[in-house]
Amino acid sequence: MIQFVRNVRLWFAPEEVRQEGDTPDYRFSLANERTFLAWLRTALALIGGGFAVDQFLPDLRWGWRVGLALALLAAGVLCSLRAVNHWVRCERAMRRGEDLPVSRFPALLSMVVAVVAVAMVVVVLVGWEG
Amino acid sequence: MTTGTPDPVPGPCRDPGLQPERTRLAWRRTTLSGTVVAVLAAKTVLHGGATPASVVAAALCCALWLVFLRIAHERIRTLSATPRPRPLTPPYATAAALCTVALALCGALLVL
Repeated sequence: MIQFVRNVRLWFAPEEVRQEGDTPDYRFSLANERTFLAWLRTALALIGGGFAVDQFLPDLRWGWRVGLALALLAAGVLCSLRAVNHWVRCERAMRRGEDLPVSRFPALLSMVVAVVAVAMVVVVLVGWEG
Repeated sequence: MTTGTPDPVPGPCRDPGLQPERTRLAWRRTTLSGTVVAVLAAKTVLHGGATPASVVAAALCCALWLVFLRIAHERIRTLSATPRPRPLTPPYATAAALCTVALALCGALLVL
């Protein structure tokens, strides 16, 4: 968490990243950029899912509907913030010639998505019966 | 964005892996995902009663989409300017991510 706060400074400071180490092959930087964009799309998909829950499950009780939608929106926020953080960390690791950072986030996100999916199945079945 | 000219020798040092083109398309795909979110936001307002707050939130979503489009456009211009494009800089990446965060916050306003 402290590391995260320390990295936030780097998000806005292009010179600080560029001062360290030496510039890697441009193709590695572009690959890192595409990974960042893929995470951003994941975040946008989660946000879109939040809208979709709100729009396309109108028979649900208000609490469940809003709760699920807000959970998906919050997951989207987390995902996009983590995307830029991971991008900065990878960029810096490449400049310093270090190993790329490892992360628990993909496993965590897939567990959350699985739980939300099961919850939606249950909620839709229960809501449909009631 | 060079189309139309059938040039058998595109350039002296074209990347055989087409990395800049793939990155350009990745930006396009991401913008398209943002478009879907903006359209869903507009649909939310049009179908569930349009209160002033929700209209403002949906308008903000569309404005954020325009900002994202602008960021993507700038980056694509940089990518296609030279065969060896400069890497993405932190302000661009942060701006793109913050646009996404702001879209989610507008979404929270709309859903509540």
